[in-house]
Amino acid sequence: MNAPLIGARVQRKEDYRFLTGAGQYTDDVTLKNQSHAAFVRSPHAHAKIKSIKADKAKKAPGVIAVFTGADIAAAKLGGLPCGWLITDVKGEPMKEPPHPVLADGKVRYVGDHVAVVVAETAEQARDAAELVEVDYEVLPAVVDAVAARKKGAPVLHEIAPDNTCYVWSIGDKAVVDAAFAKAAHVTKLDIVNNRLIPTAMEPRAANGSYNRSDDSYTLYVASQNPHVERLLMTAFVMGLPEHKVRVVAPDVGGGFGSKIYLYAEDVVVTWASRQIGRPVKWTADRSESSLSDAHGRDHQTLAEMALDKDGKFLAMRVHTTANMGAYLSTFASCIPTILYATLLSGQYTTPAIYCEVTATFTNTAPVDAYRGAGRPEATYVVERLVETAAREMKIDPAELRRRNFIRSFPYQTPVALQYDIGDYDATLDAAQKMADVAGFPARRKASEAKGKLRGLGYAAYIEACGIAPSAVAGSLGARAGLFEAGEIRVHPTGSVTVFTGSHSHGQGHETSFAQVVADRLGMPIENVDIVHGDTSKILFGMGTYGSRSIAVGGTAIVKALDKIIAKGRKIAAHLMEAAEGDVEYDRGVYKVAGTDKQKLFGEVAFAAYVPHNYPHDKLEPGLNENAFYDPANFTFPAGTYICEVEVDPETGVVKIERWSAVDDFGKIINPMIVEGQVHGGLTQGIGQALTEGCHYDPATGQLVTGSLMDYCIPRADDVPNFQVDTRETPCTHNPLGVKGCGEAGAIGAPPALINAITDALGVREIAMPATPQTVWRTLQNKKAA
Amino acid sequence: MHAFKYHRPASVKDAEALATKNAEGRLLAGGQSLVQAMKLRLSSPTDLIDLGTIKELTGIKVSGGTVEIGAMTRHSEVHRSAEVKKAIPALAALAGMIGDRQVRNMGTIGGSLANNDPAADYPGAVLGLGATITTNKRKIEADKFFTGLYETALKPGEIITSVSFPVPKRAAYTKFKNPASRFAIVGVFVAETASGVRVAVTGAGACAFRQTDMEKALGAKFAAESIAKVKVKPDDLNTDLHASAEYRAHLIGVMAKRAVEAALK
Repeated sequence: MNAPLIGARVQRKEDYRFLTGAGQYTDDVTLKNQSHAAFVRSPHAHAKIKSIKADKAKKAPGVIAVFTGADIAAAKLGGLPCGWLITDVKGEPMKEPPHPVLADGKVRYVGDHVAVVVAETAEQARDAAELVEVDYEVLPAVVDAVAARKKGAPVLHEIAPDNTCYVWSIGDKAVVDAAFAKAAHVTKLDIVNNRLIPTAMEPRAANGSYNRSDDSYTLYVASQNPHVERLLMTAFVMGLPEHKVRVVAPDVGGGFGSKIYLYAEDVVVTWASRQIGRPVKWTADRSESSLSDAHGRDHQTLAEMALDKDGKFLAMRVHTTANMGAYLSTFASCIPTILYATLLSGQYTTPAIYCEVTATFTNTAPVDAYRGAGRPEATYVVERLVETAAREMKIDPAELRRRNFIRSFPYQTPVALQYDIGDYDATLDAAQKMADVAGFPARRKASEAKGKLRGLGYAAYIEACGIAPSAVAGSLGARAGLFEAGEIRVHPTGSVTVFTGSHSHGQGHETSFAQVVADRLGMPIENVDIVHGDTSKILFGMGTYGSRSIAVGGTAIVKALDKIIAKGRKIAAHLMEAAEGDVEYDRGVYKVAGTDKQKLFGEVAFAAYVPHNYPHDKLEPGLNENAFYDPANFTFPAGTYICEVEVDPETGVVKIERWSAVDDFGKIINPMIVEGQVHGGLTQGIGQALTEGCHYDPATGQLVTGSLMDYCIPRADDVPNFQVDTRETPCTHNPLGVKGCGEAGAIGAPPALINAITDALGVREIAMPATPQTVWRTLQNKKAA
Repeated sequence: MHAFKYHRPASVKDAEALATKNAEGRLLAGGQSLVQAMKLRLSSPTDLIDLGTIKELTGIKVSGGTVEIGAMTRHSEVHRSAEVKKAIPALAALAGMIGDRQVRNMGTIGGSLANNDPAADYPGAVLGLGATITTNKRKIEADKFFTGLYETALKPGEIITSVSFPVPKRAAYTKFKNPASRFAIVGVFVAETASGVRVAVTGAGACAFRQTDMEKALGAKFAAESIAKVKVKPDDLNTDLHASAEYRAHLIGVMAKRAVEAALK
């Protein structure tokens, strides 16, 4: 029997190919007779298209075809669908304006897709795209979500004359208002959760091909969930039967949410491949990605917390305006509602919470899930309120948190979720020790002696992962199930191929999933391969987002494993001439209880495929099982981050001096991979708080931060050496006891960092990103006040 | 990128002839700005005249109180040069602050000066040290070279061949980087030279300029406290997403103070 693999720091199986340049990304796929597409995009934030002339482009060297919205309309393709229906406060469905695949008479953001040019080479397609003449009648634009609701604001869609997609609420307003009325202290904050541009290293790409021999399509696409992509594209847009479409998401270089969705480009290359009878490939450049990938966050919130005289939280009242962008992206509507407001209880016993969310359309790129998706926005609201309340009431911020921690589980929050388990004292205690909070006053003094300002900030976050129990999601408006599927194929000689509906685009599934399977089957990890990302190989899948892979996809694999082991027990019993009930199984060995008789898993597998001595009357040969798993509940990872900064008051530069992170992800399969996920998440969270801010010009709607010269993603020297550790309360409702870890860092980091900066500066508020200029300006304002 | 004709002249004379013949062509030095602009289709020259193989444009010579650097010398060469480090350590340090390692291995001093990006580092040193720019036609004093946003005194067909820096008594360059691009939001080059104190500012205006109030104050006494009271006006300074004119004016004071302190170390 091999050493246990669950919990081991196994090196990532996939890294050899990534580090040696042997990965196969969508752009690496070049098919026979390959052609290339370039999109003509709107240079205006809002305009009517008076005419499109493509004659010159059609005659340009290498051009095969030019298609516009008129061609798409003539082909009767549907618009891009939204996968989640939100019902508003009046019981009405949200406004769902058409989201045409190529613009239909109007463009609504800079980068909106107007036409496509297909040519022999990508450069020829781009050259010709410049020759497509579009006559625009420029209209006034609005980019701010609050401004979009004001009287006289430019209207984007006829069906939403006030640019409002929905006004939605959760919680009992009357109860909350009553709690505020009797509060000893109320803390109020105006909060902007800054808009972010996801910046995956691999830009979006798609390569569609039509096969005339069997009337089928294949789409290679940089996607986080190929089955959902296929489902949406076939059922809602192209009207094709699913069995005629294969979607392959090969190696994908990061997604962070931005590759969950069905994009216009994916549909266009697939559709166009049939029109021209050749495969059509498109790969975005960085500027195109910045303009057209679904962005993240962009909330404006008035947040209030009511406390009694001892600092017990009585109630929270939150009003948020969320920017949807110009059209509803695939999951846009559920992010600022279902994945946001339900998290406002945080780690606390706040008895009453009311949250109202207004979602508006603006002349900006669509906004959807981005690493954390709603949960970072919620955590920012809660943890900024808590820290600010502590300072106002002169209670130590850790102590105030302790006074309000949930300690009895399961715990039903007032905002729909039921936490199964957690130990928030454990993570806070450990983080405080790691951060040497006791030594902070001395370090602050030392900084002051150098003319620097030092601050310390906490964030105690919770998130809901393992998305999602389908029945719950359905009752909240989801238009899809949120289970996962897995298949175990045991080969005759005992090695194993695992098929999973989860998709790995950096998470390391090929290693951690293999660890789970190899551990249970008592075999070396080299004997187990994980296959993902191809609808023709995998029975079904809902993909990877919301830190769901190990909790949902991993459990589906475990359920299939259970079936394999159970069937193996029957075979082993037959081989050992024992009663099935007497056969015990432990990591690759079947034993007859109380005897020295045993059969190895490999022998059992061989017997299943070479069934000479086999119970044919009771059992089919072969050893191949699959399982679908629909989770019983969300999982609730939680933890505490403590950040310590030093600020140079002369320049406004913030240096992160210490970062202590203690997370509870339940059981951990591979600590090394988990640490990597935490480092990455923290870095993205630090990016949001310190460097990244998507900025559209309010007058013209032009994307000012359209390149990495202006949009600042954090680099190695922007982040400190993270100290990370974990505590473990195993999830109660999945067999591995796992919770998920992919988004935690991005969720908990921004409030910890901003709490530290405001502590250093001695101010209540500072806007994200806290760039040097913003910090300096804040200090100047403080001096002037 | 649009198609273009590529030329590789062997001499400055040939390069000049090609440049004169192709009015819509561009000289290619390290290509760290031009090639990016071409990739983004913001620049579409008909011809590229690559100066990369012209031997007479390379090399570093130190003699008689002058550091002469060939126009095609890469930033990394200047940064690593033992002679430059010894003669004008501030210049070697400045070269090491440009872009990233890949940019420094390709980018050249001549290309940087001819491009005259308002946020480039080299103009700070050229102006701060009172360098002389030699072209295939003439010698141009630093004070007359930078004429505006991406504009210089260079005429069509004129090619920078080298830059001569007088060795100062002491000098230092401090740079406040744009967090995204790492170009200078404000860079201040301070030098105490034989002909007096010079303070050059880059990144803050349309092109590098001298801060004469600070020069006067430091001329009286070369010490950080001398410039503490010099008010920098934001009037003609750049404003963008990353830094307002007011913030830049403030940073000029901070960076100048730190440059003086560094020069005195």
